Amino acid sequence: MSAEFVNVEVNGVAVRAPKGEMIIRVTDAHGAYIPRFCYHDKLPIAANCRMCLVEVEKAPKPLPACATPVTEGMKIHTRSPKAIAAQKATMEFLLINHPLDCPICDQGGECELQDLAVGFGRDISRYQERKRVVKDQSLGPLVSTDMTRCIHCTRCVRFGQEIAGIQELGTTGRGENMQIGTFIERSVDHELSGNIIDLCPVGALNSKPFRFQARAWEMTQHPLVSPHDGVGSRLYGHVLRGRLMRVVPQPCEEINETWISDRDRFGYEGLASADRLTVPRVRASNGQWHDADWDSALDAMAKGLRAASAGRGAAGAGFMAHASCTLEELYLLGRVAEGLGSSNIDHRLRQRDFRDQGGDPAAPTIGLAIADVDGLDGVFIVGSNLRAELPLLAHRVRKAARRGAAVSFLNPRSYECLFPVAHVLLANPARMLTELAAVLAAALEAAGAGAPAALEQLLANARPAAAHRAIAAALGKGKRAIWLGALALRHSAYGELRALARELARVTGATLGELAEGANAAGAYLAGCVPHRAPAGTARASYGRNAREMLEEPLPGYLLLGVEPWADGLQPHTLATLERARFVGAITPFASPAMLQVAHVLLPAAAFAETSGTYVNLEGRWQSFAGAARAPGSARPAWKILRVLGNLLDLAGFDYQSSDMVRDELRAAVERAPRVGYESRFAPARPDLVEALRDLSMYRVDPVLRRAPSLQQTRAGQAGDVEFPS
Amino acid sequence: MGAWDDKRNLVCLEPIGMAHSWSLETYQRIGGYDAWKKVLAELTPREQIIDAVKSSGLRGRGGAAFPMGVKWSFMPRNAPMQKYLVCNSDESEPGTCHDRDILRFNPHALIEGMAIGGYAMNATVGYNYIRGEFLGEPVPRFEAAVKEAYAAGLLGKNIRGSGVDFDLHTFVGAGAYICGEETALLDSLEGKQGKPRFKPPFPAAFGLYGAPTTINNCQSIASVPTIMRKGPQWFAALGPANSGGTNIFSVSGHVNNPGNFELPLGVPFADLLDMAGGIWKARHIKAVIPGGSSVPVVPGETMMKVNMDYDSLKAIGSSVGSAAVIVMDETTCMVRTLERLSRFYMSESCGQCTPCREGTGWLNRTLQRILAGQATREHLGLLLDVANRIEGHTICALGDAAAWPVQSFLKHYRHEFEFMVDHGGRSIVAPDAPRGAQVAA
Repeated sequence: MSAEFVNVEVNGVAVRAPKGEMIIRVTDAHGAYIPRFCYHDKLPIAANCRMCLVEVEKAPKPLPACATPVTEGMKIHTRSPKAIAAQKATMEFLLINHPLDCPICDQGGECELQDLAVGFGRDISRYQERKRVVKDQSLGPLVSTDMTRCIHCTRCVRFGQEIAGIQELGTTGRGENMQIGTFIERSVDHELSGNIIDLCPVGALNSKPFRFQARAWEMTQHPLVSPHDGVGSRLYGHVLRGRLMRVVPQPCEEINETWISDRDRFGYEGLASADRLTVPRVRASNGQWHDADWDSALDAMAKGLRAASAGRGAAGAGFMAHASCTLEELYLLGRVAEGLGSSNIDHRLRQRDFRDQGGDPAAPTIGLAIADVDGLDGVFIVGSNLRAELPLLAHRVRKAARRGAAVSFLNPRSYECLFPVAHVLLANPARMLTELAAVLAAALEAAGAGAPAALEQLLANARPAAAHRAIAAALGKGKRAIWLGALALRHSAYGELRALARELARVTGATLGELAEGANAAGAYLAGCVPHRAPAGTARASYGRNAREMLEEPLPGYLLLGVEPWADGLQPHTLATLERARFVGAITPFASPAMLQVAHVLLPAAAFAETSGTYVNLEGRWQSFAGAARAPGSARPAWKILRVLGNLLDLAGFDYQSSDMVRDELRAAVERAPRVGYESRFAPARPDLVEALRDLSMYRVDPVLRRAPSLQQTRAGQAGDVEFPS
Repeated sequence: MGAWDDKRNLVCLEPIGMAHSWSLETYQRIGGYDAWKKVLAELTPREQIIDAVKSSGLRGRGGAAFPMGVKWSFMPRNAPMQKYLVCNSDESEPGTCHDRDILRFNPHALIEGMAIGGYAMNATVGYNYIRGEFLGEPVPRFEAAVKEAYAAGLLGKNIRGSGVDFDLHTFVGAGAYICGEETALLDSLEGKQGKPRFKPPFPAAFGLYGAPTTINNCQSIASVPTIMRKGPQWFAALGPANSGGTNIFSVSGHVNNPGNFELPLGVPFADLLDMAGGIWKARHIKAVIPGGSSVPVVPGETMMKVNMDYDSLKAIGSSVGSAAVIVMDETTCMVRTLERLSRFYMSESCGQCTPCREGTGWLNRTLQRILAGQATREHLGLLLDVANRIEGHTICALGDAAAWPVQSFLKHYRHEFEFMVDHGGRSIVAPDAPRGAQVAA
């Protein structure tokens, strides 16, 4: 289909524009700036601020550029006396009731009203009457309000209607008395609600944790990547004198558009936690902790690891890392482990079933580009609290669903999605297998295919009902995907679930994807931070111990990289197991009481935003970033610590000068690696026992989030984990 | 009098004065529902009805005076989706009270008009949006009439075996002036806050629930049955060119006999004033707002020479508007009057768009400042400037409606404002009264 174009004139310059496009989009594309407040690219048009009035020849009145479609021959003047007069008139009206408290307003310096007032306002006000004062509301721990500053652009209201899917804010009253609020006093709880802070063109809605912390112009802006989930949202960190003061979105159409989740935005608070480790610490033989210098602490670490490994081979030290560690850190951890003769290395602390790990893909992905999720026609998601696991992926799925995609779930409970859901299959963890088998049976039935021999046992009792058939049918056409979510990955019969899903994908032609947890799960696979694969995906000759095995049976020693297995994992009695190890070393930004209880040597590591590195997101995109903030005390980037550790352990090839060198080495290896498929030799069978399944609070999934006070105070942060009995 | 006696109440208020004028029986006695029955029997081509309304010269009586037949022709009547006809009985323009009397005394004319209009535009569902304050008498009268019409088989499905469907529902608003604006009315009808929508898209393309919708004023629709019955030419010939038919003039203010006067358009104002009993208390006419509070005020001497039709009033810089004729005698303080009007627009602004939300309050506060004797002559310039900056800059016409009185009052009565500013808040009509005192009426 060829798009229709019309010829218009913008300030005397001939321009071709798609028919029906709004004037403001045409002028933006051609560099003619029109001032605006209520208009936002991603929100429905309101045309209420009247700031974008422009002159259109033959129109009797100035027209709002945001709501006037271009037509053939239209002559638009954005800077004519008539247009400027209209814009100045609106600016004067906006300012009469706006408080002149810019010096104490956090928005000062980055305020759209302030900026445009410079261009379109007067130097003194003609308004001598009393100004409007509006009572503030409490919207919860994340968003601060100064409603007297509100200019009623309704961007926040439309954000709720259009993006979040739940209208948490609305307008009450009319005329001058119109107010933005929640109507009945309550908090704003949606996991993307922090975006209204960016949307608000004035200082009415601001970041509560950042309130009065710094002025916009004092800070430097640094690009970052979200460390909290596998979407890999692009962020900007704003840094004042080495300290990360706040996080805002970096627009990126392919990934996060202009949004970020609340945990991306407010997670940084965890960096300033009181249990931040600032100096190396060593526990003496009497059990007393004392601060140490780097040399002696590193010596103690090397000695401890060597003693735990010496000659033990597979029964040697265990290495565990968090999936939010950088690619470089994970790779070097793997190299240290390898140097010590151990393949006991893992980042999958919440996975319970590793029987089919040999059949893992080279790295977990959603199977398609994140931007393509919008265009899906059908998606079947198995075991996922999607909005909590991957808030921005959920937003993309919402867009697809509103377009008409059939989105279905198989879950232990019904989660509120805020978009139309085609079908929800509810099943306790044990029955999830039966339900998935029923969908597969329906797909096989539709395709006229028989049950594959390997799945015969699982399919034996599968009785497809209408819902199963409908889900299978929706996977049969258009762009479609099947995703295994975090609840599937944590399932004790993950192997069977995946075998069924894999067959379902094969029969229906859908793409199979895995919503692996952590910002860098894909990177961890590529870096060899798994017991069954060396870096770049080479299968290991003999598998090391996986995370579950390492925590079930104590090993002589452990090295923990940015991870707190008692909180990040699901294995019971983790602390007791670790306590029984002769040596536990940790490279960690935080030293919690539990850490002090089990560890012997603590090396302070730089955390999120304090180190350079690379994340690989769930579409396989490598995103590198530089360090933005200064690590506190003598904390160092973990890749540097591991490099020195490698040297101390007399391992060859630990001469990296920068994290880029580490990344480039791995990247070259990944590119060299043969593109082999991994064959699953797993024999699925009906499990005798299915374990209970745990849904973690979305603000407790990594050490930084657990220490972010404002997020913990939110409704989601206050909600505990949910356990689904088998 | 006498000259206009035989020309009163020819259309919408025809049965007035008859016993139980609101009953189906009375209405049928004057030929009511004949037109509808004829349409149902003949299945008159829809085009033909629309052409008849066009040639009758009937223009929207709500204030905008858009030719009704042309509006009807905008409806995509052959589009395969549900279409709606909505009657705007949210009569809230200050001074206006003719819809109220149609609903009270001749509700069947409205019902028949809606049925015919619904048929002409192929809309099978109609809503009558009635202002909330009409709960007392007009709403029950209208609803009783709808019930009668259903019982008589004049509404519903497959009416009189014709295969034509038309269902009519009543909706009662909650008392907001802005809901009389057609798109705000639609939002209110949908259960949302009544806030005007930006046009385009126009309701004929995207109206109630996103479906093609036509919104007409109550009086406009109630005129349709008579047009169909007596012919469009008869109707058009009642008034001068461009002003076909009758209009109900709601005369209020300083007259002896205020009330509704349905008269052919083009009636001289002087005759209308006569019928309303002339200026009270043997005083003199000072000013008239000829079409509801939103239209520009006109000095009395100009009014006395003008005819009440669209072109004549336009020529003197005002408008027929909603035909609410507000008459003021010489004791009226124009500053105080304007302050009262501006207070109305301030409290009725929906608050959606900036110039109206902020500007109406500014106008009112500046006027209060003038009344309080706290203003200078600069404030008069400011007042006009603010009005000019609202006009033409808003989503709907409420902004214009708030600006026009200010502009016209300052145009014709600037000396009164100047007097008050120069004399510390004392009014030119009572210079000896203490500042801010109510001027005796």
